[in-house]
Amino acid sequence: MSVKTPSRLEKILDSGQLAVTSECGPPRGSDPEAITKKAKMIRNYVDAINITDNQTSVTRLCSLAACIHLKLMGIEPTLQMVVRDRNRIALQSDILGAASFDIHNILCLSGDHQKFGDCPQGQNVFDIDSMQLIQTVRHMRDEGKFLGGDDIQRPPQMFVGAAANPFADPFEIRVPRLAKKVAAGAEFIQTQCIYNLDKFELWMKQARDRGLHEKIYILAGVTPFKSVGMAKYMKNRVPGMDVPDDVVKRMAGVPKEKQPEEGIAICVETIQRLKECEGVRGFHIMAIEWEEKVPEIVERSGLYPRPRD
Amino acid sequence: MIIAEKKPIEEVIEMVKDFRKILIVGCNECVTVCEAGGKREVAVLASSLRMYFMNQGKDTQIDEVTLERQCDREYLEEIRNRIEQYDVVISLACGVGVQFLAETYSRFPVYPGVNTCFMGVTEERGVWSERCQGCGQCILGSTGGICPISRCAKRLLNGPCGGSTKGKCEISKDLDCAWQLIIDRLKELDRLDEYEQIAPIKDWSTERAGGPRRVVREDVRQ
Repeated sequence: MSVKTPSRLEKILDSGQLAVTSECGPPRGSDPEAITKKAKMIRNYVDAINITDNQTSVTRLCSLAACIHLKLMGIEPTLQMVVRDRNRIALQSDILGAASFDIHNILCLSGDHQKFGDCPQGQNVFDIDSMQLIQTVRHMRDEGKFLGGDDIQRPPQMFVGAAANPFADPFEIRVPRLAKKVAAGAEFIQTQCIYNLDKFELWMKQARDRGLHEKIYILAGVTPFKSVGMAKYMKNRVPGMDVPDDVVKRMAGVPKEKQPEEGIAICVETIQRLKECEGVRGFHIMAIEWEEKVPEIVERSGLYPRPRD
Repeated sequence: MIIAEKKPIEEVIEMVKDFRKILIVGCNECVTVCEAGGKREVAVLASSLRMYFMNQGKDTQIDEVTLERQCDREYLEEIRNRIEQYDVVISLACGVGVQFLAETYSRFPVYPGVNTCFMGVTEERGVWSERCQGCGQCILGSTGGICPISRCAKRLLNGPCGGSTKGKCEISKDLDCAWQLIIDRLKELDRLDEYEQIAPIKDWSTERAGGPRRVVREDVRQ
């Protein structure tokens, strides 16, 4: 792997240092402070910040605009882009829009079904899928061309990421699916939240067996639990999430006021264990509406200070 | 076949309550098989309407006829002589039949008596499910005979998404994950290695996206 874009995240990963990314969900309104406040809390503790794209299909301020706010603050954003809401014209157009602000990271996703959100009666698009979005960004960047074949003036220079869920079914194709994303052109992976470490390590081993860890940077995804209620919710209600019983038990085993602390401890232990896992090149900390805890998690995991330019 | 569902009687009444001579036209094809618009459903709707109008004290004539098909002109011609006596027609055919009937007899108001749902199969009596969306460019050869366009909630050509859990789709525990089915089938056919071939971006111009479609076959055209 060699550096192909001006992305700082790519540079850090290429240097061999463990990268740290986090994410912020944009507000359900137009107040930019909702974004800038969260970003200020964590900016010195992470290398790049993902902005989610109408996550769980709930309508929010758009990912692109929120990324621009970060960029203007001098923070490196990662534009999350789902294929649920835009066709290939809109996707390419938004990629160019992001590129015009020198946004250098993109995460290509399918997007949750609109059934989960505030517009379950809406239409979905799915003109292309997440695999094909990876191909599209690479095509635009590397060939300097639109999908339609015409030349792009000043093509986007984006480090291309994808998600991987080592816990979704069927397990046997989880690694072939990763291989497929590598073949499509993905350069980094941010995984689903990891609570079942044994299963994650098995997935990593199978990925290593195919040499995939040398073809793509894998950032292990973690989310601290705030409460046992959240652990149970994630276990039972969030599709594709694997929360083992003993983790829920551990959260339930401490008094309510101590549960946030326990959740952070589990998160830090997860990172510490996975730092030793060959092929894990960094961490993606998704502290859902709990961004103020990111600095503590990063520090306690021994990932602070972050590299300086 | 085309699967349809009967419209609620209240909705049908709302459409025709001001008419006094009503003809209900059933169809002997798909909607008969899925028990939404065949001869029997025509009879049931007719008696419900008769009862409604009787209770309202309104003298209303309601007649029944079921054609072989409503998507072919020759069968629609069968009612040309009698349609003059009515002021409204309720068609229990799929949306195709309703439109062709309305096109053929443009002077008559034609109302739909069913909601047309999808192209599908009878899984068991009383259970129908979707199998095809008529995208105009069949890819079943590369997906083990299972269509991700009609059966995946996100019509992913390179699935499954991260929401596939225990063989089920993220949107409903009652819905099979199409990609789980595809993978199971490829495995059964000893073709799982094909899973790693990336399906290219699809040309949707042969689908609804390309505008209303038409097939012209010069070899059979008269």
